[in-house]
Amino acid sequence: MKKNILKNSGVQSLLAALMCIILGVALGYIVLLFINPAGAGEAIITVLKNFLTYSKPATQMKYLGNTLVKTAPLLMCSLAILFAYKVGLFNIGAAGQYCAGVGVALYAALAWNLPWWACMILAMAAGATLGVIVGLLKAYRNVNEVISGIMLNWITLYLVNILLTGVKEPTSPYTFPLTTHAPNAILPSLGLGALFSGNQYVTLAIPLAVILAVAVWVILEKTKLGYELKATGNNKNAAKYCGMAEKRNTILTLAISGALAGLGAALLYLTGFEQWQCSTSSVPAMGFNGIAAAFLGGLHPIGAVLSSFFIQHITVGGAYVDKTMYCAQISDLISAIIIYLCGFVLFMKYAMNAGITKHEEKAAAKLAAKETEKGGNQ
Amino acid sequence: MLLLIQYTLTFASVLLLVALGGCISERSGVINLGLEGIMVMGAMGGALAMRYLPAGSPAIVIILVVLLAAALMGVLYSSLLAVASINFKADQTIIGTAMNILGVAAATVIVKAINTAANPDDVSSVIQYAVPKQAFLVNMGGFEFSWFMVVTVLALIIIHVLLFKTRFGLRLMACGEHPQAADSVGINVYKMRWAGVLISGALGGLGGIVFITAGVSEWRFEYGVAGFGFLALAVMIFGQWNPIRIALAALLFGMFRALSNVYMGFDFLAALDIPSQVYNMLPYIISLVVLAFTSKKSRAPKAEGVPYDKGSR
Amino acid sequence: MNNVPYAIEMVNITKKFPGIIANDNVTLQLRRGEIHALLGENGAGKSTLMSVLFGLYQAEEGVIKKDGVEVKINNPNDANDLGIGMVHQHFKLVECFSVLDNIILGVEDTKNGILQRQQAREKVLELSKRYGLQVDPDAIIEDISVGMQQRTEILKMLYRDNEILIFDEPTAVLTPQEIEELLQIMKNLAAEGKSILFITHKLNEIMAVADRCSVLRKGKYIGTVDIAGCTKDDLSRMMVGRDVQFAVQKEPSKPGDVVLEVKDLSVASKVSKKNAVDHVSFKVRAGEIVCIAGIDGNGQSELVYGISGLEPVAGGTVRFCGNDITHATIRKRSLMGMSHIPEDRHKHGLVLDYTLEDNMVLQRYFEPEFTGKFGFLKRKNIRAYAERLIEQYDVRSGQGPITISRAMSGGNQQKAIIAREIDKDPQLLIAVQPTRGLDVGAIEYIHKQIVAQRDAGKAVLLVSLELDEVMTVSDRILVMYEGEIVGQLDPKTTTQEEMGLYMAGAKRDEVTE
Repeated sequence: MKKNILKNSGVQSLLAALMCIILGVALGYIVLLFINPAGAGEAIITVLKNFLTYSKPATQMKYLGNTLVKTAPLLMCSLAILFAYKVGLFNIGAAGQYCAGVGVALYAALAWNLPWWACMILAMAAGATLGVIVGLLKAYRNVNEVISGIMLNWITLYLVNILLTGVKEPTSPYTFPLTTHAPNAILPSLGLGALFSGNQYVTLAIPLAVILAVAVWVILEKTKLGYELKATGNNKNAAKYCGMAEKRNTILTLAISGALAGLGAALLYLTGFEQWQCSTSSVPAMGFNGIAAAFLGGLHPIGAVLSSFFIQHITVGGAYVDKTMYCAQISDLISAIIIYLCGFVLFMKYAMNAGITKHEEKAAAKLAAKETEKGGNQ
Repeated sequence: MLLLIQYTLTFASVLLLVALGGCISERSGVINLGLEGIMVMGAMGGALAMRYLPAGSPAIVIILVVLLAAALMGVLYSSLLAVASINFKADQTIIGTAMNILGVAAATVIVKAINTAANPDDVSSVIQYAVPKQAFLVNMGGFEFSWFMVVTVLALIIIHVLLFKTRFGLRLMACGEHPQAADSVGINVYKMRWAGVLISGALGGLGGIVFITAGVSEWRFEYGVAGFGFLALAVMIFGQWNPIRIALAALLFGMFRALSNVYMGFDFLAALDIPSQVYNMLPYIISLVVLAFTSKKSRAPKAEGVPYDKGSR
Repeated sequence: MNNVPYAIEMVNITKKFPGIIANDNVTLQLRRGEIHALLGENGAGKSTLMSVLFGLYQAEEGVIKKDGVEVKINNPNDANDLGIGMVHQHFKLVECFSVLDNIILGVEDTKNGILQRQQAREKVLELSKRYGLQVDPDAIIEDISVGMQQRTEILKMLYRDNEILIFDEPTAVLTPQEIEELLQIMKNLAAEGKSILFITHKLNEIMAVADRCSVLRKGKYIGTVDIAGCTKDDLSRMMVGRDVQFAVQKEPSKPGDVVLEVKDLSVASKVSKKNAVDHVSFKVRAGEIVCIAGIDGNGQSELVYGISGLEPVAGGTVRFCGNDITHATIRKRSLMGMSHIPEDRHKHGLVLDYTLEDNMVLQRYFEPEFTGKFGFLKRKNIRAYAERLIEQYDVRSGQGPITISRAMSGGNQQKAIIAREIDKDPQLLIAVQPTRGLDVGAIEYIHKQIVAQRDAGKAVLLVSLELDEVMTVSDRILVMYEGEIVGQLDPKTTTQEEMGLYMAGAKRDEVTE
């Protein structure tokens, strides 16, 4: 019998993701129609086109570069989320771990004038530290990691504001730009900037993020560590029964997850693309968008590369909509709808499988009927 | 000092309302991590009602309409959680998280659209309600008493009676503890859980409108509600899913939150010269500490977070 | 007799699930006032049939008649309206509710919306007096004994004025004395005109109380017989379709050196302040099977947790092959040669979402054979190892080593665990209820494996709730009651009745070794 490609779980994940995207965009379009039917179609296309709205290829490349610059941290955040999720932990604290990464990377660069790699390592350490706190609370005090993660997000935000106030411009709430105050903290471009029409922000960060995605996949699928961590995530009791240190695994997972998120922050802020506003009053959305990217990517590291790009693509695209009619948050709305729909992925797969089984049973019945007919004729 | 009490009561009201919402949802078996988003939507409903009510409406009309709008908005929005987690057995954590992000995004888009439609130059997500807000306040010698406090106390009494004295409460709790047992005596688990989630939506929506009217007269919806939905969940855990204990926990947390608004009024605190950001952190730090000491032996409903499937038993 | 309609009648019921026919043209006729046994092995379709009667499933074919009139049962409410009630095998009680609240749940009386608990309490007390069902209405379920929980379930049916009472494997959790009591209660109920359907696979109990017995095998209806005119052998042949060897063939044991020595061991309880295991001491030698017998929940699970390291101990020592392992890690104990077939294969024994091959190396994945340099898994070796075990222990599954464990049958999941644990070549094999929920063929196989381990000179600690298993497999029996070892018995000289007295705490010796 021919094998049905729909049965392949990878194909199913892809289909489910596409379904989420299509539904999400369609719902976004409907919202736009409600707000102002006149420009809705144009607006939704603008969101989806993003940098392609520019006509010159060189400009397109430059703005593609900008999207990629922000894709790298998003990818790191989504890796952080999916790595923890594979081990049965929902690390919503990634947002705070990212925030801590921002604070430490910028402070190390601006206050201590450390080189970029040292800033990067410190940012990872900061994220990992927060992860460890959540892990300790989870493993030894049975505290739900979602709630402790959220609490730490806010605590971190205020701490970072306090910390970076020491290195901010006297007249504005923003931190000093790296280009003038800490040029050796800027990530090396490796000549990549030239490929994107001289976009100076395109650096080492982008290939590094992709390499790390592959590394996460290898760790999860090919190594003893991945075997242990996934066993712990799937069945904590069985992991304990066979002698795995399940508490250590919980803490280690959150530490790695936190380090990934913290590194994500360094990959953005050490390009000099953005400065931190020391009066920021809400936790950066990067960590939360990471959730969308992780689930949309079917919780697969390579899927996360594609989905991170897509989410960032429409987020940036949102900035181009006609502001007299709509607002940029329409992209956030679409991302949020997509996360919501990702909750239904299990159901979609179940429905696909049920459909296939029914189809096969019918086919089998038909075949059987034919056989008996043949038997009768002979 | 009076101001501290006033703010404590106000923030405690918010936390109590929302925590009661979380409690009733979890008692029915659904973890409601989307309370944050529900608060935002409820707040938007109430704020829009205040904006559109004709100026000079009688206070009682304003109060009733605003409360109703906030609660209704919360109920509508919470049905997103109900349908996904009860009927489609989706992961309640993902759905709750999505609802929090969606709540802020949707409220921002809607309010901006309304503002821009009214005045093409206005692209903010701010709603102002300085005047209608007065309907809720009664000034009693320097102490601003708010009708919201009465609503909160009423909600507390109603929820307590509902849970422990009525048929509905008994059945609701059975669904959260042992849905198979409830099903075996003919209780419709899906319906009870829907009821639990929708009631929690109403309470969350009310909490939202109380939150954005506390001390300010306008709200920028991009800000969301600053993690109050999650603080309320911490209050609920601290209160061990029991309304009366939740009320006491809410008072404690409310006081720490109130400190950041009024610490300048206390000479010794002002003299310490601690950055205001530290006071902002306080409620979150306290809740972490409290959780660390109360989560170990919790009396959480046994079946919470587990989708009920009629087939498996 | 033929003119009197049956109290309830299920005619030609067929119920299919994807892949299997759970009930194939089954007929069941229950007379008013009789005790009717429904006999069959695990998986014979008894539970499915009852679920159909209860409206939990809808049958594809067949009808249900009450007093000769055809009825439709779409949900448990319909069943309740028809006066059908059931004591489920796993009680359907809300643990943190009182006895009273559990009884009234679903049929509460209210006044102005407020529950009328006082009225209900009076009715419950009256019922409990009338039928001799002693309960405390205000006690919380999690604090009371299993026997009282079962009486609560029976009162639930009586409170609803049910006429047809179904008991699903009601004796599995009871002591022999409690079973006696329950059977008496069932007789009283039948004498009062209630019709009773008694689902079981224990032949003695059927012989003791039932008037008639219907037998199912592999989903098919085999027949209905009058108990007065048949023997236990007749029934067992109907149940399994062949003569069953009740005894396990084995030579007398030849105990060697002490392998496991437990001294004064105490393990704290999760639910109460008392110790679940209270100063327990015993030894297990090489080449013998020591069985811990007792009613479920008397500390057997916690004893094993303490020995295997799943729970920290509160006091005492555990020595294994001469070394003190009281505080050793689980991994260390495993490496020293302790194997453990856990009580709950889904909770502890398997990672259900892992493939069969990944589960086969669960205890050994870190060994150089399976993990190479830089921590990379040696997939090829894992596959080869799993294939060997599958072959050797006859573990059946859809896709061999790459089958997801969740998709395997319970018997084959258990075989996989046994293969993994035995193949480690342990010094000590701890087996906790290794045959729970399995069919006769699988049980025979597992018993043979356990005896073979003993004959190979391994020490075996068996924990079992099944008296038959205790009597046939073990070389020495230790009875646990409320966390203590209250008796040591020789299976060759003791009787089930004597064991029952120990298990119920009615008799105890000072066990010193």
